[in-house]
Amino acid sequence: MSKGRAGPVVRGAFADVPARGYWSRAFRRLLHNRLAVAGLAVITLFALVALLAPLIVPHDPSNQDLAHTFASPSLDHPMGTDNLGRDWFSRLVYGARLSLTIGFFAQAVVLGIGLPVGLVAGYKGRAVDGLLMRLTDLVYAFPDLLLIILLRSVIGGSIFMLFLIIGLVAWVDIARLVRGQVLSLKEREFVEAARSLGASDREIITRHLFPNLTGPLTVLVAFGVPRAIFVEATLSFIGIGVNPGTPSWGTMVHEGYAAIFAFPYLVIFPAAAIALLMLAFTFVGDGLRDALDPRSEDAAPSLDAALKRQRRAEAPAAPETPQELPKAA
Amino acid sequence: MAAYALRRLLWLAPALLFISLVTFALMHSVQGGPWDDDRRLPPSVTENLDRKYGLDKPLYAQYFDFVTGALHGDLGISYARQDKPVTAIILSGFKVTAVLGVLALAVAVVAGVGLGVLSALNRNRWPDYAGVLFASMGSAVPAFVLGIFLVYIFGVQLHWLPTFGWDTRGGLLPGWLPRWQQLVLPVVTLSALPAAYLARITRASLLEVLRQDYIRTARSKGLGGGSVLFRHAMRNAAIPIVTVLGPVIAGLVTGSFIIEQLFSVPGTGRLFVQSVNARDYGLIMGTTLFYAAVIVVVNLAVDITYAFIDPRIRYR
Repeated sequence: MSKGRAGPVVRGAFADVPARGYWSRAFRRLLHNRLAVAGLAVITLFALVALLAPLIVPHDPSNQDLAHTFASPSLDHPMGTDNLGRDWFSRLVYGARLSLTIGFFAQAVVLGIGLPVGLVAGYKGRAVDGLLMRLTDLVYAFPDLLLIILLRSVIGGSIFMLFLIIGLVAWVDIARLVRGQVLSLKEREFVEAARSLGASDREIITRHLFPNLTGPLTVLVAFGVPRAIFVEATLSFIGIGVNPGTPSWGTMVHEGYAAIFAFPYLVIFPAAAIALLMLAFTFVGDGLRDALDPRSEDAAPSLDAALKRQRRAEAPAAPETPQELPKAA
Repeated sequence: MAAYALRRLLWLAPALLFISLVTFALMHSVQGGPWDDDRRLPPSVTENLDRKYGLDKPLYAQYFDFVTGALHGDLGISYARQDKPVTAIILSGFKVTAVLGVLALAVAVVAGVGLGVLSALNRNRWPDYAGVLFASMGSAVPAFVLGIFLVYIFGVQLHWLPTFGWDTRGGLLPGWLPRWQQLVLPVVTLSALPAAYLARITRASLLEVLRQDYIRTARSKGLGGGSVLFRHAMRNAAIPIVTVLGPVIAGLVTGSFIIEQLFSVPGTGRLFVQSVNARDYGLIMGTTLFYAAVIVVVNLAVDITYAFIDPRIRYR
């Protein structure tokens, strides 16, 4: 690539339109998607709450106050207290911290394993590729949650083990996606050009292949975070998630459910928190997919995508690239 | 077709063998044995117990015993449940789980495909947005959270439906189905996620098909909407729907763990969760292998159906 020159100079009618990159255009598209913006707002709020947890909570989340068990929601206890007199609001706030930590750290494990394996399998092929494909076939044949429960029943222990397990089960998705993309990208002209200019394999992978993968990877991670949060909540709900006593939304739902007839707010608050955060991540994920990969509009329509289609239909037909003529004509 | 089915059938054995090996290895990697309890047993007693259950043999011999036993339908014993055979425990709950699962599958297919078709035919109008909203909500909100909201609304607030139990005595079909009131909440909760997923797939698949030239041809011949939809469009649109039935059924299996726990339904799913909580490794191993067998067989059936609908697949 030439180093000393500025970008392409645009003259004429479009001279005053600033050139935009892939990400800034995608971001603008995302901001036009109202559901995605609402989702982003909810996630930001929960993230702030999680970060500032010690400043927000009125009580220590683990502090038992046996004189005030099953207190109704009040100014002192905004969401009441449980059977041990623990402040439910404080536990919910610390639960947000746990859920978001699990969501993002599990993705770090997933990317840390999946990305290199996918890159090598797609680019070098052969043994790694064969091994990866056999492994993914097996993992795909087996339901995630069953595998995770099985591993959890054996490995147990701290929450670090929990996101390691989630990561170990989920990395296959990323590896498979990366492999598929690399397989098609490496045949393209720009890779051939780089290679003929003498670029090494490492340069091709990091400078030419990886930047083309960031879009699809972002979408997959955006769906992977809520998936990990879901797994933690579900495992905690059936009693094999985090250690007892750790504030977790899944555990809170489990504990609150036992008292649903007498004190329904104990289960409704954490359940609503899970539902809200999961919906927020789903809307952002859908929005990102629309913004980064316009081909997928059918999978999740948005107002934005509909308008674009209309504009395209109204635009005068552009001279198309000459197509191959049917041979039998 | 027969050759294809046979080839797929022959894949069953190595797949199940591999899964049994992994489960066996996992269960034996756990520290501590089945006799570790709060009360320590004298070594002479544990030695005798080990000998009785073949735990004194080398690992490969234990694995061999386990596989030969499994082939005869004997999955070993549950150490936590007074020596009950694992096979008997699993089968006692499987009827309930299977009934619940089949009902949920039927509801999911009817509701999911129906909503998907409705969405696709009314693209970018309100039924479409309603369908897409349902599909997003259904696939985003975990089943147990949805179940809790349903319990709160219909059980706690309105008192319309019972919130737990599965009593087949004096039910709709004695021995098989409980009263319909007891059916509603578990079946609806279990089918919500697969229904949402199927609605999404159906919508995308049907939209793709409706864009094809042969649909325009059928319309220009003057065929009515119903005839175009059912005789021309749905035939091809059904292919992706059938493909995802495998994952959908696998999802029903894992969904049953949570739903049966939530609604106190005495099925295999609740049993599995209980055995995991009790660290009853004999039962965990047996249940896992049983589930693996169910899922592998279902996947096989789906693949064969798929090959039957789409002839292109057989020649791969």
